[in-house]
Formats: sequence, C-alpha cells, structure tokens
Amino acid sequence: MAKIRVETTINGEEAEFLCAGHQTLLEVLRDDLGLTGTKEGCTTGDCGACSVVLDGRLVPACLVLAPEAEGRTVQTVEGIAQGSTLSAVQQKFLEHGALQCGICTPGFVVAAEKLIEKNPDPTEEEARYFLAGNLCRCTGYDKIIRAVLDAAAVMREGTA
Amino acid sequence: MEASRFEAPTEVEGAVALLAAEEGARVLAGGTDLLVQMRLRRGVPDSPPPPSVIVDVKRIPRLMRTQLDAGGLTLGAAVPAAEIFENQTIKNRWPGLAEATDLIGSTQVQGRATWCGNLCNASPAADSVPAMIACGTTVVIAGPSGEREVPVEDFATGPGKTILERGELVVEFKVPSPASHAADAYLRLIPRTEMDIAVVGAAVQLELDEDGTVQKANVILGAVAPTAIRVAAADTALVGSRLEDDAVNAAAAAASAAANPIDDKRGTITYRKKIAGVLTRRAAHIAYERARAR
Repeated sequence: MAKIRVETTINGEEAEFLCAGHQTLLEVLRDDLGLTGTKEGCTTGDCGACSVVLDGRLVPACLVLAPEAEGRTVQTVEGIAQGSTLSAVQQKFLEHGALQCGICTPGFVVAAEKLIEKNPDPTEEEARYFLAGNLCRCTGYDKIIRAVLDAAAVMREGTA
Repeated sequence: MEASRFEAPTEVEGAVALLAAEEGARVLAGGTDLLVQMRLRRGVPDSPPPPSVIVDVKRIPRLMRTQLDAGGLTLGAAVPAAEIFENQTIKNRWPGLAEATDLIGSTQVQGRATWCGNLCNASPAADSVPAMIACGTTVVIAGPSGEREVPVEDFATGPGKTILERGELVVEFKVPSPASHAADAYLRLIPRTEMDIAVVGAAVQLELDEDGTVQKANVILGAVAPTAIRVAAADTALVGSRLEDDAVNAAAAAASAAANPIDDKRGTITYRKKIAGVLTRRAAHIAYERARAR
C-alpha cells in the first residue's frame, strides 16, 4: 500500500515524513524521525510516557495516527530546552531528583509544562490530578510533584 | 498488523461515502477506543481484522464546531473532552454534563476523547452518556439516506451495540438549555480517585418552580445495566417534592431496585445496587441546590 506523505511542524521546524495509514505518531517520532525523547510505555493511552502537545493540546502520541499530523504543530520534549539551557521544569526535576529510571520523565516534563502554562499557581492537589495520567513506578510521585510546584513558583517569580 | 488506509474527508458526505463503501471502514474521532482496540488485537489469533479504511472526521468543520445560543448547545461530534469542560458557558449551563466529561480519562486522553466516541463505543460505564440523557440531549446522525436526529437515550442497544447502521456516523449533539430553575449533576464511584471506570454513575437533572418544588426530574444511571438506564420511578418520587427525606429515600430505593448490574472486579451486584441509591440521593441534592441558586 502506498505510503502517505505528511508535512507537519515539529518543535517549530517544518518536518516531512512518509507513513502507513495505521502508524501512530509515536512510532513515526521515534522510529523514523529519531525523536526518541518521547517514550513508548503502554501504547494504549494509560501511562503518559508518550505525552506530546498537538496543536496546543496535551495528547498521548500513541493514540494519534501519524497522518493526522498533516498541517498541525507537534511539540515534543526535545523542543523544551533552549539549546543547552534547561527549562525551569527540567532544572527542578534534576534538583529534586524527581526521576530514577527516567522512562516516565519526558512525559512528565511535557505534561508539567502544559499544567503550568494553564495554571501558573497550581495547588498540590491540582498538580496531582492534572498529572494523574502520567505513571511513575519508581519515585512514588512526591519528588515529581515537589519539582513541578517548585518550577511553577520559580516561573511565577520570573527568575527561571 | 495489516495495513489500513487513512482518509480525512472535509465534508460529512465524503465520510458517509467512505463508510458506506466498505464494511471494514471505521470512524476515527479521538481514537482513544479505536486505536487501543487495534493495538490490543495486533498479532492476537482469531481477533477481528484492523479497519480496511480509517476515516478521520476531524477535518470536517461541522464536527469540530461549538455553537451556543439561547436555545442550547450544538456540539460537533469530534470536539475533544477538554474543549468541552474548559468552556465556561457549558460549565455554567450544564454543570453535571461538564463534570461527567471532565471525569473521562487522563488529561492526555481528554485532549483526544469525544462525546461521540463515548457514545458509539457503547460501554455501559460511559460517563458522559447518563449526563447527556439527563439533559435531554439528542444526536444527529448522517447516513446514505440523509440525516436523522434521535435522543441519546435511544442510541445504545447493549454493550458495544448501537443503532448506527452501515454508512452512518454521528455528526453533532444538541443539548437544550435548561429551564430557568433547572440544573443537573453527575456523580460516579470508582475504587480510586482518578483514572478508572465507573462502578456506578448517576446523573440527575431537576426542574423546579419558583417555590422550589420539583416539576420535572430525570434520573439516569450508568454502569449498572447493559446500557445507561432511566429510573422512571425515581423521577416520579422526586416530582412534587422539595427534596424532603421521604422523597429522596424513595428515589434512592427506586434507583437501587432499577439497577441490574454485573459482578466484576470493580464491584459486586449487591454493592452496585446500594451505591446506585447513594449516588442518586447525593446527585439529586447537588442538582437541587444548583437549581435553587438559579
């Protein structure tokens, strides 16, 4: 079957790829475009490891078909740092040791950036609910939540 | 997995033509059920084949539109859940419907999942469906012989089964504005606080007169029968009351009696029947307070 040619924007840059009709955005990001920051976890929308932002919405890349990206904008974890300067969220994940094995971390970072964009001063409860679709089997979540709330505080002060 | 074709028509007629042409055609709205089913069936012997063609309906403007006016809401079938409950007007006018929509899945899933998917997947535990029914929502279906409009209440016929015929797709929902002293509420019970499937869901809409007497009641339960069910005896128990204990207890007992659930890992029959009454009572009180405040 002929492959579909897709033109899209990924992390602010024009991108073009060929895919099959049933291929997911996650598969294309990782296997064809080399953007392996987005992780494959459950592939059924339950774990949040493949969180990306599609036209401004936080979505699981495993539940988006690659051809859907035609003409859309996709933001992945690779687009968050400015060169070698980490974002406040990324920096606070490091400072708080909010990761162990790291598989869930890109999804958490992408989701936390979206949380703070929508709600610059989240309560702990709001942060926990917003991030409930991101599963972590190592940390027990406390360090992640502390990192996210700390990052939000730093961003509010404009000192990030 | 065998390959599926991908089509993204920009008009309803184009989608209908694709769906009518092949039995293996499937609609893609949010994909939170379709892509999961495709994934779980991949490589499993004797499982249904993947769709021959996937019809992405999100490029059809009518299916992505939110229209609000005095009469109510016309919502495109493929509008994602997050866009629905983030809409302040929808939240204010139909708080229960917004609550139910906000309970579906994670933040990520809410960026994709749609009312039409929740309805067409026809899970007995769908959260938005009892809330839609309580608000008197109808669904517009397009097919090869034109369009028809049916109450959401009549859409699902059993778990995974709907009235949709070959070539048909859900185009939009119509939610009438509540009367001046009317409001809705939706509650569900899950074993944890987030990210689970309803053990019981209860939607209640109440319409009051100036004195706070219930004129009309809609009590709908989810997850306790093959489809969402209306508890007519609970409606009757609440009408004419000002939500005195006797009336609410009678409505709760009616809900428990009407519940016809299954036993599974999330809850036993006995538990689900009891909870159906508890949630009906609580949702009725919330709907009443909201209606009084209007």
